[in-house]
Amino acid sequence: MILVIAEQRDGKLNRASWEAIAAAQALAKSDAPVRVTILGASVSGLASELATAAVAEVLAAEHPALASYTPDGYVMAVGAVVEQAKPAFVLMPHTYQARDYAPAIAARMRKALITDVTGVSGAGAEATFTRPMFQGKLAAQVRPLGEPPFFITFQIGAFRADSVQKGGSAQVTPVALQIDASAIRHKPEPPFQEAKQAVDLGQAERIVAVGRGIKSQENIAVAEKLANAMGAELAASRPICDNGWLPMERQIGSSGQTVAPKLYVALGISGAIQHLVGMKGARTIVAINKDADAPIFEVADYGIVGDLFEVVPALIAELEKA
Amino acid sequence: MKIAVCIKQVPTREWQPRLNDDQTWIREQDASYEMNEPDAYALEEALRLREKHGGEVVVCSAGPARVQQVIREALARGADRAIHVEDDRLAAADAFVTADALAAAMTGERFDLVLTGLQSDDQGQAQAGVVLAERLAMPHSTIIMDVQVSGASLKVKRELEGGWFQWIEMPLPALLTIQSGINQLRYATLKGIMAAKKKEIRKAVMPADLRPSQQIVSLAVPTRAKQTRLIDGAAGAAAKELARLLREEARVL
Repeated sequence: MILVIAEQRDGKLNRASWEAIAAAQALAKSDAPVRVTILGASVSGLASELATAAVAEVLAAEHPALASYTPDGYVMAVGAVVEQAKPAFVLMPHTYQARDYAPAIAARMRKALITDVTGVSGAGAEATFTRPMFQGKLAAQVRPLGEPPFFITFQIGAFRADSVQKGGSAQVTPVALQIDASAIRHKPEPPFQEAKQAVDLGQAERIVAVGRGIKSQENIAVAEKLANAMGAELAASRPICDNGWLPMERQIGSSGQTVAPKLYVALGISGAIQHLVGMKGARTIVAINKDADAPIFEVADYGIVGDLFEVVPALIAELEKA
Repeated sequence: MKIAVCIKQVPTREWQPRLNDDQTWIREQDASYEMNEPDAYALEEALRLREKHGGEVVVCSAGPARVQQVIREALARGADRAIHVEDDRLAAADAFVTADALAAAMTGERFDLVLTGLQSDDQGQAQAGVVLAERLAMPHSTIIMDVQVSGASLKVKRELEGGWFQWIEMPLPALLTIQSGINQLRYATLKGIMAAKKKEIRKAVMPADLRPSQQIVSLAVPTRAKQTRLIDGAAGAAAKELARLLREEARVL
């Protein structure tokens, strides 16, 4: 049996939950039933929403101590659900929340956890999982060791939420949870946004984005000039915003904005997975990078392996000519 | 306050991947190494907390003899002393083995706070820190962008997705995984490098009974998801051809 742990915030299902269900359906082939669990203080609405997927059962794990996410609360709750359901695999999306509690529950149960998985081959005891290593420069085939259950987290976007087989009217079963609220050591405050997002890069038709290859703050001007010539918004990968060379609100990637413009031009961006998840939905991707092995070329439609400080001025001149 | 910082030595970002003969790990002899970037931010945060609250910063690393390089670098930046769990098998170890090896060497130290990077630039499992917290029986929080200590309690700013954050309180001792960019890194001074030579590095032995949780069956350069059209030639000619393709073929300009 395969158990998916769906994720919610403020009573809304995270889209990545559906991606994890799609992954479960791929891993299950036809023989293993898929069950989905949803945790929270009050989850009946979300449980019925999940029951529309073609799964065997939805487990509604309610407890007042789960009103706000805490790693301690989730480790206790997931542990209890896993103990009762006895799955062979426990699947989660590789969200910031799963990154927070999944290693803790796996460590406590001394069971294997394979993270950031992009693909599955085989099923049951023969299942092998594909995951990136070395910043995406290599892909590894990994197998869990020891006894099940095995915990697996799936990279955002690796499976498609809209490929979930629906048409189910799965039974929703409440799970009785005993959680000692006094054993929760964390006191979380409500989530907040730092500043109102002044730039909505999600609406931009074209984006020129810069990465570490731009080398210094002064050089941002070259990229800005290209953006102007293309009628594009300027954006950046995380290190550029960390350095303060461009404001945080122009950051693309898992911790910044997710965009899908018509044109995305990546200048000196190597293409770490945290960046790729934010932009790989762009229709046309151009990469200009001096490193021919940079992972950005794996998602690029057009690529120039070369010095951006030579190529970009030539490109600006070419665009301004017309 | 007694602070531990767990650091890992990883191949440099410029390193071109080469595989060993059975294609289950990299050819280590070809790689050049550096301190894992998020760990460098964890070290910086520890040094800042020591400057504010006093105490001691102890660098902990699990790996083969070569990791002395990053341990020395951390000592040169200002850490007070180090613990090195030395074993060749730690080079390709998974997060469970790494965390268990560190926990065995760290338990007796009774640290108030343990910091490490949110994930490593090599295997990138994003697990070792949290697993270590379990083994040391500490509460933890991950992907941290601010650390505030007052007395026996800790308040941290945790990054959520899409530009959201959250403040979380928890008691000390605790373990935090630090996000890159939390602070501005300092670099070692000549004085720091000289001073580092006299600082203590305690060698620890990896416990014999550590069992891996997963096995790398094979490693390969990933297959391309898309057919990338690479444009050759000198910068001028390549730029001209790119402009033409974007206008006439992709029709995005």
